Amino acid sequence: MSTVTLNDVRKSYGRDEIIHGVDIDIADKEFIVVVGPSGCGKSTLLRMIAGLETISDGTISIDGRIVNDLEPMERNIAMVFQNYALYPHMSVFDNMAYSLKIAKMSKAEIRERVEKAATLLQLSDYLKRKPRELSGGQRQRVAMGRAIVRKPAVFLFDEPLSNLDAKLRVQMRLEIRKLQRELGVTSVYVTHDQVEAMTLGDRLMVLNGGHVEQFGTPIELYERPASRFVADFIGSPSMNMLSGTAGSGGVTLENGAFIASETRATGPVQLGIRPEHLVLNEGGPLVLEASMVEQLGSNTLVHGFLSGTRKALVASLQGVHSEDSIGPALQFDVPPAAQHIFDSDSGKRLDA
Amino acid sequence: MTFKGWRLPVLLILPQALITAVFFFWPAGQAIYQSAFIPDPFGLKSQFVGLGNFEYLFSDPYYLASFKTTAIFSILVTLVSMSVALWLALMADRIIKGSGTYRTFLIWPYAVAPAVAGVLWLFMFNPNVGIASWYLDQIGYDWNHKLNSGQAMWLVVLASSWGRISYNFLFFLAGLQAVPKSVIEAAAIDGAHFWRRFWTIVFPLLSPTTFFLLVVNIVYAFFETFGVIHTITSGGPQQSTTILVYKVFSDGFVGQDLGSSAAQSVVLLVVVGLLTVIQFKFIERRVHY
Repeated sequence: MSTVTLNDVRKSYGRDEIIHGVDIDIADKEFIVVVGPSGCGKSTLLRMIAGLETISDGTISIDGRIVNDLEPMERNIAMVFQNYALYPHMSVFDNMAYSLKIAKMSKAEIRERVEKAATLLQLSDYLKRKPRELSGGQRQRVAMGRAIVRKPAVFLFDEPLSNLDAKLRVQMRLEIRKLQRELGVTSVYVTHDQVEAMTLGDRLMVLNGGHVEQFGTPIELYERPASRFVADFIGSPSMNMLSGTAGSGGVTLENGAFIASETRATGPVQLGIRPEHLVLNEGGPLVLEASMVEQLGSNTLVHGFLSGTRKALVASLQGVHSEDSIGPALQFDVPPAAQHIFDSDSGKRLDA
Repeated sequence: MTFKGWRLPVLLILPQALITAVFFFWPAGQAIYQSAFIPDPFGLKSQFVGLGNFEYLFSDPYYLASFKTTAIFSILVTLVSMSVALWLALMADRIIKGSGTYRTFLIWPYAVAPAVAGVLWLFMFNPNVGIASWYLDQIGYDWNHKLNSGQAMWLVVLASSWGRISYNFLFFLAGLQAVPKSVIEAAAIDGAHFWRRFWTIVFPLLSPTTFFLLVVNIVYAFFETFGVIHTITSGGPQQSTTILVYKVFSDGFVGQDLGSSAAQSVVLLVVVGLLTVIQFKFIERRVHY
């Protein structure tokens, strides 16, 4: 049983506040992903939970115990670093055994725990090797092993997959998820990769400039982004964002096209529509001037502009469409259920 | 790249080869050659004695004592200068504000010439007027390095180490800053306190620096401490601070025994060569690069 609670947590360096009050309740065994662009404060937040950064204001509790003034070692956490931070002069076995030796565990128990973790991570054949003799993926596993042998209350991951190549990243992502499920350890995972965030997290926290933009399940964030920032950040390719004027049952775009909508908002708005939600329809109101086609196999991306403007627009069509079959202009319907309306100034979602 | 012919490559390495030949091989060769002769005091003629100079040296109790003195002196200088420097570097690595100023101050002593440093320490520890000896007298400790050979040794060790600390500090600090911060943080999360982290993580990762400094400092203690010893004790009292290099000087230039002096130079050459080989052979194995 381990829960983590952040209560109005703030961080400032001198007068600059870089994290502006974060509140979250993390349930036992939950996998939370903190996602955001670089410099949004996500790593700082994680390091505050770990005890590597001081907390300027607010409280962090683990299992109901406030840990603000506790040293990292007293918080019962384990952390996996981006560069793995393995001890270069120690063998894989010693790397994993380090914390257990400090905890003055018996030799037999250390051996048992390390071997169990090594089996779980397919590292049994490498226990005598030094980190420099391992591949990137193996080093990553050693870092994980070092975290799990301690049986901590909370796992913290600081962009653990960003130094791996694309294929390995997908594989390790699945392994991390599986491992976390098996061990049932509460986890906080920081990444800038939205695919990692969507696939790993039970719940995601989108952080932008030290503010929490939205906190919810991946599907909530995808289906009902609370702000333009979240809408833009979650989903690939990004959501199309078109400026227009709302009123009389629809939105009039800057090129004069009228898109029927259920919104009750009036005045200038941003109309968001995901590329995969555009419905190809002869005579539809949204016209895309195609400039480039990307074939991905399972779907086809058509890049171009909103007709009559230089506003970028992307559509994703199911299946294979040969370049010849796509004319210079494509017409789309924009189903009201797939529309996202945001306030032009604040960028907040305006609900229908 | 590869050269056609041999003229250009030879020309290119010539300056370096010449410098090495003129300033290293020629004097070393001269020393070896001279060590086989006993010249008369006026330098007019010399007599070939083969290994006679060496035979005489190794039956001379003063020379054998000088070996012991040199060993004690070098070990102490290396130990004191390296451990103090490491301690200071550890502390300097931890502070954030004003670290630049702190570092600059710590580097200054390196700019002081050994002989000048020797004079400074000599003044401070002068048995009659020195401020340090006065304070020592206040707490009831009788300081007179002119009579007490143990005190004389400590004084030359301190004076020699003092300037050296700056040099070692610079290297240790650079070494410490090269240890990845995340590795230290990982150890902190794993439960290791400062000193445990130091001994199990930082010190092993610092070993290339430590090894380099060990070699350099021993060579320093052997050769470059002449100025300090000459100004402070002139090898005394009773030759208790006469290290090998100082004996080369005092026998050859003061005692005018050039043959013995040359033989001592050859012995010194062999000793330092051996020491360096031993260090590379046995200690380097334990270094993690």
